[in-house]
Order: sequence, then structure tokens, then C-alpha cells
Amino acid sequence: MAAEHTVTVDVNEKYTLTAATQKKIWLWLAVGLILFIAGAFWFVTGFGSEAAHGAGHAAEHGGGGGEHFNPMARVWANLWLNSVFFVGIAVAGVFFLATQYAAKAGWSAIIKRVPEAFGGFLPVGGVIMLVVYFLGHHDLFHWTHTGLYEKGGPEFDAIINGKAPFFYWPLSPEGGFPFFWLLRLVLYFALWYWGYTMIRKASLAEDQLQNRLDFRYYDKQVVWSIVFIVIFAVTSSTSAWDWLLSIDTHWFSTMFGWYVFASWFVSALAVITLAVVYLKEQGYLKAVNENHLHDLGKFMFAFSIFWTYVWFCQFLLIYYANIPEEIFYFKERLHGLGGVYSPVMIILAIINFAFPFLFLMPRDSKRHPIFLKITAFAILVGHYLDFYLMVMPGTAKQYGGFGLMEIGAIIVFASLFVWLFYRTLSKAPLIAKNHPMLEESLHHSI
Amino acid sequence: MQVTSPIREPLVTGHKTMHDITEDICRRVEEKPSKAWLAAFGVSLIMLIVGGYAAAATWWYGIGMWGLNKTVGWAWDITNFVWWVGIGHAGTLISAILLLFRQKWRTSINRAAEAMTIFAVICAGTFILMHMGRTWLAHWALPLPNTYGSLWVNFHSPLVWDVFAISTYLTVSLVFWYVGLIPDLATIRDRAKLTLEKYPLLDTDTPEERREKRKKRRPIAAFIYGLLAFGWEGGAKVWARYEYVALILAGLSTPLVLSVHTIVSFDFATSLIPGWHTTIFPPYFVAGAIFSGFAMVQTLMLITRKVYKLEDYITITHIDYMNKIIILTGSIVGIAYITEFFMAWYSGVEYERYAFLNRAFGPYWWAYWSMMTCNVISPQLFWFKKIRQSIAWSFFLSIVVNIGMWFERFVIIVTSLHRDFIPSSWAMFYPTLYDIGDYLFTFGIFFTCFFLFAKYLPVINMAEVKTILNSSDIKAKEKATEYLKEGGAVKAASPMYDKGKDL
Repeated sequence: MAAEHTVTVDVNEKYTLTAATQKKIWLWLAVGLILFIAGAFWFVTGFGSEAAHGAGHAAEHGGGGGEHFNPMARVWANLWLNSVFFVGIAVAGVFFLATQYAAKAGWSAIIKRVPEAFGGFLPVGGVIMLVVYFLGHHDLFHWTHTGLYEKGGPEFDAIINGKAPFFYWPLSPEGGFPFFWLLRLVLYFALWYWGYTMIRKASLAEDQLQNRLDFRYYDKQVVWSIVFIVIFAVTSSTSAWDWLLSIDTHWFSTMFGWYVFASWFVSALAVITLAVVYLKEQGYLKAVNENHLHDLGKFMFAFSIFWTYVWFCQFLLIYYANIPEEIFYFKERLHGLGGVYSPVMIILAIINFAFPFLFLMPRDSKRHPIFLKITAFAILVGHYLDFYLMVMPGTAKQYGGFGLMEIGAIIVFASLFVWLFYRTLSKAPLIAKNHPMLEESLHHSI
Repeated sequence: MQVTSPIREPLVTGHKTMHDITEDICRRVEEKPSKAWLAAFGVSLIMLIVGGYAAAATWWYGIGMWGLNKTVGWAWDITNFVWWVGIGHAGTLISAILLLFRQKWRTSINRAAEAMTIFAVICAGTFILMHMGRTWLAHWALPLPNTYGSLWVNFHSPLVWDVFAISTYLTVSLVFWYVGLIPDLATIRDRAKLTLEKYPLLDTDTPEERREKRKKRRPIAAFIYGLLAFGWEGGAKVWARYEYVALILAGLSTPLVLSVHTIVSFDFATSLIPGWHTTIFPPYFVAGAIFSGFAMVQTLMLITRKVYKLEDYITITHIDYMNKIIILTGSIVGIAYITEFFMAWYSGVEYERYAFLNRAFGPYWWAYWSMMTCNVISPQLFWFKKIRQSIAWSFFLSIVVNIGMWFERFVIIVTSLHRDFIPSSWAMFYPTLYDIGDYLFTFGIFFTCFFLFAKYLPVINMAEVKTILNSSDIKAKEKATEYLKEGGAVKAASPMYDKGKDL
């Protein structure tokens, strides 16, 4: 082999989370919190007058404004939406790592510590979700209203009553404690974090090896990655049903789980790309070159198309069949609820499909950090909106919108995610020096 | 410089040289047909003729020859159509998607898989032509300008989208396959031409000498393969163009592979029939298609490998990788089955619930449980490395999977139809001899084509296997280990990896 080709790489390179960076993140967090609280306060206190307007508006459009609305719903919806979005990014990041092991990928060995650091967000995300559930479940999930299950009661809903075991098993729904649902929520985080920790453990142990031809820990990571993939294959769908599908309790779609997975996965790819590019700009990961970026760009490109495929198939089949049981979901988003959500539908298709598709099509744009940054950022905005469209119409109803509260919530969660990401990243060297694929990755050229 | 990790298994074993590859593959094209081949080809021809009688009868008398009735208006015909289209997915997946994912192991199997794809799509098309009844009006499925007023195909119908999707897929697959063949055809042409130069017919030859020479000379091969090779001369520039074309075709075929079964699934999912109208159908059909396609590739490659003694090119590693794809796609399909079942319950729609309960416990329970056993449960055996790497198990399970995937389509199509909305219309479907005969006919087409291909065209892409030889043979693994021992690229930066230290 040609010895003259030497890639300089510092295998002991570590990311240091400086006090200044830490301060900056906290500052952002504070700004986000202030915006969020101010926006929430503004919305909740000013709701009376707005509601009158809103109800009149809805009446004009012939629907929806009848039942009374708790303005806190939009506040909880924001917290829930961001929790689901960022937890999804974290777990899909780990899933990406696992796929790299399961598929024996060589190119990504050099960046693998980046998605590996995503897992640090999972326990925090889990706690936040539990707290938000207990604070806002009546406004987030229609199915938590016990009246729906009282036979003969004014609120009784036969369809939701039929779904009761999915939420309340083995308890009775009248008790109002969704044992099964909560058990699943806890189980998801437990399983995800467990799988992640096992991969991480083997990964860190691999760093301590003295012999590069010792593949013990690589093999272990492959095994744990496959375990994680199996877990995630099931839980990605079921968690999507629990956390998002059940918001619009009457609605159902078999595609939904894979659709949410597609959205999470492409968002995670965008965050990985952004993280790699930013780390490189800060002087880390010197051995990452345009070929690695190219592959990250290809992944974003491909999975943007995959998301579009899944999203469009779900939409088309429901639109085409036009069955009342299903079509109301899209009618609500396209024309209903005073039309507050209709622009988002259009924006989605452009920002999540047309933009990355056209922008990342040329080879060169996948190889330049600036193009990747723009697209990754756009993908994140677009997929935030995707989740926005899954959560908001069913919770904030016609009082949804995009204001300080939404911006604040995003900033809070993003800074929290970034902080935990950096913290986890700083705990291990940036390069897994004994990774058997490291040499392939260092010499990666396409 | 290309570096390969020592952890990778070699993809070409037996210390082959470039010339060995040419010899091993070309030999099969150049030798006289073996007895085994003749026997197999004969059986295929018999299937074609016997089945051909059934197909001719179907065309002559009409599709009343089938066991269809007013309630079950689609049964074996569409089942077989979808089954064959599904099988036709693996080839282009291997050559296009695995090319984009830089999977080197695809080089040994892509040629045969692509050929199989084309034959399978032809078989699928046969059922559409048969179902038309008046086959001579098949072109009416195309939006052609006509003199019947503004009489157009129904663009709202997924069946018309199918016509576009499948014909595009067939065209692109054919082009992709043929472009890949050109360098190898040129190799065979050159070898045939060489015999003409080596054994020139001279006036001074004695009659015996001339007879001997004629035996060795291959002028017909030189002419035919010469025509087929399009004047390929193998210059650097031609190779560069060839690689560009391959990449562009791969980019084009990737969405096509996914679109074909997506649109096939639309045939059902756009309807209102419980059990058909479900949004997960498109990706789940695609996964199922890849599942059955890989199973068929596995079946064919295991036979080809044995008969042609290609164990050094289609190694246990290849078989292992294919089995991994089978377990992956089989599990995806399994998750989709369970998702459908769950959603039928969760939706609270009584028709949906009934449709799925009827599938599992109604009169067609045996079809449903055959499907579950063959598609979901049996591939799970591939979790065991021993089974994944066992040739007998791989062969057996690959056939099981294809039986299971046939049942899947039968279950979806017939169980959703046979219990109509009005109980007075409930009916069962029983195949006639002509249903079976027409199916046999497509097997005849498929195997006749495949055996012709296996005899007269190189079953392995020699040119592409040669490109991975340096990085993926046994020597490469040894070299990679050596390279890592010496410290590799990181030695300059880290004293820990200095030569000899800690190793």
C-alpha cells in the first residue's frame, strides 16, 4: 500500500466544552425561556378577546368553535411538540450510528462520535415528556377525558371507548390513569437508553485497546447496534402512535409510524451534518474532508426524498379514497380551523422536498459546508413544521399560530439539546482510534 | 489510495488472477451445452409448451376459463402478476441501490439478478395481457391519439399508472443490464476472434488439419458477439463514459425500483375495499418485493454457483449478505402485517376489523397462516449464523419465502374480495386448470429465458469483479492486516501506533 499517502490525524483529539461556550448556551436558554414565558403569558392572558374573534371566525367557516378551549393547550402543545421533535432527533441519531455498524459502513467511522453523543439527550427528554404529560394531558390528549368512556353520558364516544385498552389497560378508563400508555413511554426511554448505553460502553472500551487488530469491541458494537435496531424498528412506530397519532384520537393511518420515523431520521441526519460542519469550523475533526461531507449530503438528499415519498403516499391514498373516517385529518389542516394551518401544508412540500431535492442535486453542493449548512437548517425548519402540523391542529385548534411562544420553545429545547450533545461529546475522544474501519474512513475518496 | 479494513471478508476467494476470472466465466459461454443444461432447458420448454396450451386457450376462449366469479373478479391472475413484479425488484435493487451504497459484493450477483428481473417483469406483463382478454388491443392501455372522439385512458386509474411504471422500469432495467453486458460481450468477441487468427484456414492445409481447425474456430460467435458488443474497444475514455452511464442509470433506476411496487400497491390501496385501503401499502409492498426478489436471486444463484462451479465468486459471504437482506425485508414486512392488524382494531371501523379477522380465521385461514409462517416466522431462522451460511438452509428458505410471498398476494387479493359488503354476494374462489396452466406458462417463459441467458451470456459481470479484485480478494485481507500492524495512516500522529510497539 502506498505509504506516501499519509493523513494526519490526532487520534487523541478531544472536544473541550469551554466556559465561554457553556455561558453562550445558557444565555440562549435564558433568552428562549423569557421569550417562551412572555409569549405564553401574552397568549393566555389575552385569550378572552382573541377567543371571541376566533370563535366568530370558526363559525363563519361552519365548524369547530363550539367547545370551550383552554389557552394553556397551546403552551403544553409547544412543549410536547419540541420534546417529541428533539427526542426523535436524539434517538434517530443513535439509530443512524447503529445502522452504520449493522451495514459495516466504512466511511462514517471518523464521524461516529457525533451521533454517538446524541444519546445524552434521551434521559432528559424522557423526564421532560413525563412532566409535560402530567401537566398538560387534558389539553394534549383528548382521550384523557374520562367522560368519553361513560356509557350513556353526554360525552360518550363509542370509537374512543373502543380504543380504551390501548391507553388504560389493565385499568378502567374511568380511573383516568393511562397505565399502559405511560408504561410504554417509560419503556421506550428505558430500552432506547439501554441500547444506546451498551453501544457506547463498548465504543469507549474499544478506545482503551492496545492492539488495533483486536476486534472484540467492534463485534460487540455490531451486536448491540442490531439489538438497538430491532428495538427501534418496533418502538419508532408505537411511540409515534402514542405520542402523535393519539392526539387526533379518531384518526388512524397505518403509514403513520414510518412517516414519523422518516421525519425524525432526516432531521437527525441534518443535525449530524450541522454538528460535523460546525466542529470542523471550530478546528476539530481535521481529517473529515469533502468526501465525508458528500456522503452526509447524500444521506440528507436521499432521506428527504424518502420522507416525501412516505408523506405523499399517505396523503394521496387518503385524499383519493376520500373516506370520512380519514379525510377529516387533512381537511382540518388544509381548509379547516379557520385556515391557520393551510400555509404550513404548502410550505412543507417546498422546504422538505423541493428545496433539498434541487439544492443538493449537484455533486458540488454536497461537498461544500455552506450548502450543507443551508440545507440542513432548512430541513430542520421544515421537519419542525412537519411535527407542528401533527401536534398543533389537534391541540391548539384554531388558536394555533407562530409567535414568541413557538420561537422561545424551539430555542429552549435546541439549547438544551446542544448543551447535552457537547457535554456527551466532550467525554470521549472525537475519533474512535481503534475502530477497524478508521483507515477506510481516513482514506475515503469518492 | 484505497484502503480496506481487515475486518471485511474477501469477496473473491481462491487466489484468482484477472485472467482466471475471464477464463472461469467465459468457459461457460464457449463450451458445448452440458447434459445438465440440456435437461433443465428441456424441462423449461415442456413447461412453456404445456402452459402455452393453457395460455392459448385462455386467449382463444377468454378469461371465463379462469375460476373467477362476480365477487372474486381478481384472483390468481393479479396474484401472479404482483408476485412476478415483486421478484423483478431484486435485480435493479442490487445493481442500482447497492451501487449507490458502494456495496462491492453486488458485482458477483448483479448480472444474473438483472437478467432475472427482466424475465420476471415479462412474466408479470403476460398476466396483464391475458387479463385484457383481447390481447391484440393491448395498445389501448397507452394514451395514444385515436379517431374515437376524445377517447383516452383513464388517467385517474392506478392501473394506467402501472402501465407507465412497469414499462419504464422494464426499459430502464433492460438498458442498465445491456450496458453492463457490453464490456463482457467484447471480451467474448475478442476471444472468438482470437481463434480465427490462431487457426487461419490456409490453402496448404490437409483436409484433416482443416477439420481440426474448423472445430476450434468460432466465426459465428465472433460475428454475433461482435454485433452485440457495439464496437467496444476498452479505452480509458470509453471506460470513463461507461462508469458515468452506470451511475446515471443507477440514479434513474433507484426511484423507479421504488415506484413500481408503490404503484402496484396503489392498484389496491386507492380503493375503498377493507384490507386494501391502507396507507402503509406502498413502502410495505416495496419491502415485500425486495424480500421475494432476493429470495429468488438466492435460489437461482445457489443453483448457478453449483452447476457452474462459481464458489470462488459467489462465496458464503455473498450468501450470508443476501440472507441478511432477506431477514431485514422479511421483518419489515412482518412489522407491516402487525401494524395493519393493530390499526384495523385501533381504527374502530367494523369493516376493517372484520376484514382482518376474516383473513386470519375465515375460510382462507390456511392461506393467511401459510403466509405468516413462510414470510415472518421462517426467515427469523436467519438470525443464526450457521443457518445463514448453510447452503441447504438458504436454498430451502429462499423457496419458502417465495411461496410465502405468493400467499401474501393471494391473501390480500382474495380474502378482501370474497366476503362482499352484502352477505348474499359472498363467494369462494377455486382455481381452474387454466389458472394453474397460465401460471405454469410464465414459469416456462422465466426458466427458458434464464437458461438461455446462463448459457449464452456471462452469468457474472467479469469486468466489475475485476475492479474489486485488488481490494477484496484474500491477498487484500492479508495486506490490510499488515497495513494496520504497521500503523496505517494514524502512525504519524500518534506514537502509540509506531511499528512494533504494543503489537
